[in-house]
Amino acid sequence: MPAPEQHRLIFRHIDEDGYSNDLACYQRNGGYGVLRKAVLRKPEELIDEVKKSGLRGRGGAGFPCGVKWSLVDRKSGKPIYLVVNADESEPGTFKDRYIIYRDPHQLIEGIMISCFANKVERAFIYIRGEFPEGAKILERAIAEARAAGLAGPNILGTGYGCEIYVHRGAGAYICGEETGLIESLEGKRPYPRIKPPYFPAVLGLYQCPTIVNNVETLCHVKHIADMGGEAYAKIGTPGNTGTRILCVSGHVQRPGYYEFEVGKVTMGQLLNEVCGGPLPGRTFKAVIPGGSSAKVLRFGERYRGKRKAGAEMVEYDWGVEDIPMDFDSLAMIGSMGGSGGVIVMDDSVSMVEALGNINAFYSHESCGQCTPCREGSLWMKKITARMVHGEARPEDGALLKSVADQIAGRTICAFGEACAWPTQSFIAKFGDEFKGYAQAKKAPRADGVPELV
Amino acid sequence: MIQPAATDLVTVNIDGKEIAVPKGTNVIEAARRVQVDVPFYCYHPKLTVVGNCRMCLVEMGMPAVDPATKAPVMDPATGKQRINWSPRPAIACATNVSPGLHVRTTTPMVKECREGVMEFLLINHPLDCPICDQAGECKLQEQSTGYGRGYSRFIEQKNVKPKRTLLGPRVMLDDERCILCSRCVRFSKEIAKDDVLGFTDRGSYSTLACYPGKKLENNYSLNTVDICPVGALTSTDFRFKMRVWFLNQTNSIDTESSVGANTVVWSREGTVYRITPRQNDGVNDTWMADSGRLLYKDVGGPGRLESVRVNGAESALDLAVRAAADLLAGCGAAVVGSGRSSVEEQFLTARLAAAARATPFLVARAGKGDGILVSSDRNPNLRGALVTGLISALPAPRLGALGAQIDSGEIRVVLSVGEDLLAAGLSPEQVAKVSVIYLGTHANATSAVARVLIPTLTVFEKHGTFVNQQFRIQRFAKAVPGVVGATDDLLVLSRLVAAAGGPVLGGDVGAVWASISAAVPALGTMSYANIPDTGLLLDAGPWAALPFPEGATLHFKPAVPAPVEASHV
Repeated sequence: MPAPEQHRLIFRHIDEDGYSNDLACYQRNGGYGVLRKAVLRKPEELIDEVKKSGLRGRGGAGFPCGVKWSLVDRKSGKPIYLVVNADESEPGTFKDRYIIYRDPHQLIEGIMISCFANKVERAFIYIRGEFPEGAKILERAIAEARAAGLAGPNILGTGYGCEIYVHRGAGAYICGEETGLIESLEGKRPYPRIKPPYFPAVLGLYQCPTIVNNVETLCHVKHIADMGGEAYAKIGTPGNTGTRILCVSGHVQRPGYYEFEVGKVTMGQLLNEVCGGPLPGRTFKAVIPGGSSAKVLRFGERYRGKRKAGAEMVEYDWGVEDIPMDFDSLAMIGSMGGSGGVIVMDDSVSMVEALGNINAFYSHESCGQCTPCREGSLWMKKITARMVHGEARPEDGALLKSVADQIAGRTICAFGEACAWPTQSFIAKFGDEFKGYAQAKKAPRADGVPELV
Repeated sequence: MIQPAATDLVTVNIDGKEIAVPKGTNVIEAARRVQVDVPFYCYHPKLTVVGNCRMCLVEMGMPAVDPATKAPVMDPATGKQRINWSPRPAIACATNVSPGLHVRTTTPMVKECREGVMEFLLINHPLDCPICDQAGECKLQEQSTGYGRGYSRFIEQKNVKPKRTLLGPRVMLDDERCILCSRCVRFSKEIAKDDVLGFTDRGSYSTLACYPGKKLENNYSLNTVDICPVGALTSTDFRFKMRVWFLNQTNSIDTESSVGANTVVWSREGTVYRITPRQNDGVNDTWMADSGRLLYKDVGGPGRLESVRVNGAESALDLAVRAAADLLAGCGAAVVGSGRSSVEEQFLTARLAAAARATPFLVARAGKGDGILVSSDRNPNLRGALVTGLISALPAPRLGALGAQIDSGEIRVVLSVGEDLLAAGLSPEQVAKVSVIYLGTHANATSAVARVLIPTLTVFEKHGTFVNQQFRIQRFAKAVPGVVGATDDLLVLSRLVAAAGGPVLGGDVGAVWASISAAVPALGTMSYANIPDTGLLLDAGPWAALPFPEGATLHFKPAVPAPVEASHV
């Protein structure tokens, strides 16, 4: 079956020649039309549209956006804040960056609609420290929108006002965790908070109810407000509505960002047709489907079970190539859609070295607040680093898995899972490679495979 | 103690044991009540909960109910309501009890969680217990024995961090031993209100440090040493002096102010090595000031009086008591009592004044209060003097009235119980005009001119009680034997009372209490032995109108009259 065409909602314009990130260009392309219509509606209607749309968060967890909004404590009398999570740091993910760099007004329109719907008067864009240019672009875009009466006080003459502030992070992955982000925004170390009791919807920024949404999610809100929740829900597949940006990196012919209806494209179509297949002379070995913390998939393995198709349960028997790229299917086969960062590895890759890379990242980014993640992530890194650069033992694979098992599910935030899942899945699926690594290391490298320095 | 109303109780089930605990209790505290130990490092009952050590992970579950009908779902096997156990472990410190909550602490999952956390805490911890000061009172040692696997799988290099960082004048930090529990950080911020500690770097390389340009030098810094669960923070005064398992622990009271912080005196073979706070939730929680911890140095300090002297010549106690009684028998005597004396000593001082027909005085001792555990009244037992009837009004700031009576020739003999008359406001000329009888521990300007000098004991060498600013009577006990040549104050005073023609009273704390309970209505039902370790609140009513000088401290509010309890004991 040939791959479907891309369905570009969010990225409709970004590759167009002459499309620039200023307000004039955005408005020439119909920009802020949705906001103009939205502010004439009742806020509750807009929330209903989002609920009906079935929109799921695009940051990583895939939590339904409408449900997130409905959990917000609206009776406390405290202000409600909207925090835009633009701390896109998951290795393999580069979608929010393009939205911000190429089409910032789309994000601002999405923010303003979401703020209006939730009666938010202060929104904060927490942008990753490594995106200084993005922060400048956003600042300029906000200034433009403000000057045009599209943000700031008294928007479009409605009397409703909302200020948007850009806050730059200082380069820490953990600031993408929503409560860590909130702590950082408050000026503290980004130690994620314990939940309960500190659910952002109730006790978020400055102990006020807070909505934390991903950049892409908020852009989708704009399109939902535009076409209506029901129409939006028809895009994609049931339970996995809308479109999704997939960021493909690694060993394919045409890496890049691709926007598809969720669940309408399979991994095989994406990698082989859309991205042009493996590099010449190579074969695919493994793929991480949703950012580096998602569990790795091994080409050649089969996934069997029962899944819902409409009202019925049907059996499925998939290879990696057959998996639809949606939240539920990827969760069903034991990985996750995550942030949409698809990392492809071909047969030139040593899985031990790849895991060494991933472990180095997570040990560097662990905030250090709670014991299992703090100590476990560095221990795993030390083991894989020793395997690669020093002496590898056959039992190291089992030790790595055991350490990872002691982390997942026992930490304050989801970083514990994020750092344990790669190790757990690499060992589960490539265990033999870890056992035989000491021998494999001694063998001369195949042509074209870079030596590790 | 006021029992919480029955409606505030929540029944939970911990390892199969049902217990009703007040709402708001967390699972660690609830488990403690049924003798179930939930290990922890970062949790501290007097600090905010952060849940970072993950040692207290337990399994939790709630009784199952049918989602549609809300009817309980029964388990046919047991005939009881089924429990929906959460698949993930949860931290006991941050989970407050809720009705029907079930907790399991003995399952393989919990055991495995604890083993995992223990292993993680130890991989980068230097295993230098033989040279670590915390050995013997180290939570890491105790809990690795109790909950660890007992072997190591770690063959990598341990992290290297600073070994000897002086955080302040009294606290030394070994960063390699630190398990990053953040108790010290929270204490500084929340209790000492001196936010100077924080972490630098991240992940396993996180390092405890002071903020740039700051030091941990507030008067509560040593509490961070007490609450450090490992050997990371040590006291510069105590470190490397003595192994804690050699030390005896004696309950005592901090004498530096009227707060009366409860303390433990750690001693061995007649030498005090350190003083630490003792928990009393009505007085000092688990804290005390650094300044009070150094007071033990007085015991063997320079200037300690060690021989009885009469007219400058070494003498014996009997002769000195006789000489003092002779002096007092002449007309015009005054007795200067002390707010640092115990209740028992003040009682005898009052009897002595009565027997000798002498005018009693008390020395006021004002300082600056810090609003936490050091009050502006630096007498630990001013209220004891009121309760025992030694004085009936608050003492004047200086001994001006006594000075005037000396100047007028009315007073010719002054007996001072440990008070330096010159420091208390008399001029050298005034002191020169009178015959001084001095009972005290250390040499000063008054002891130097005393006709009769009788060395007595410090608070660490005797038994007694103090009444603190809340009118709470609290016991202290003898930690070390008195120095050679010094005599128990009670014995000296009772001998003086008898020699001055008063009644023959016992010279030890038990016998004195027999007299006290007979003579002082407020203390009528008590004895030294039956005062609880956390003290007893007395009825402050008779003295409520007095303008006590103290401002608020941790558990004391001056504007509100001290709580009146129906009965003591």
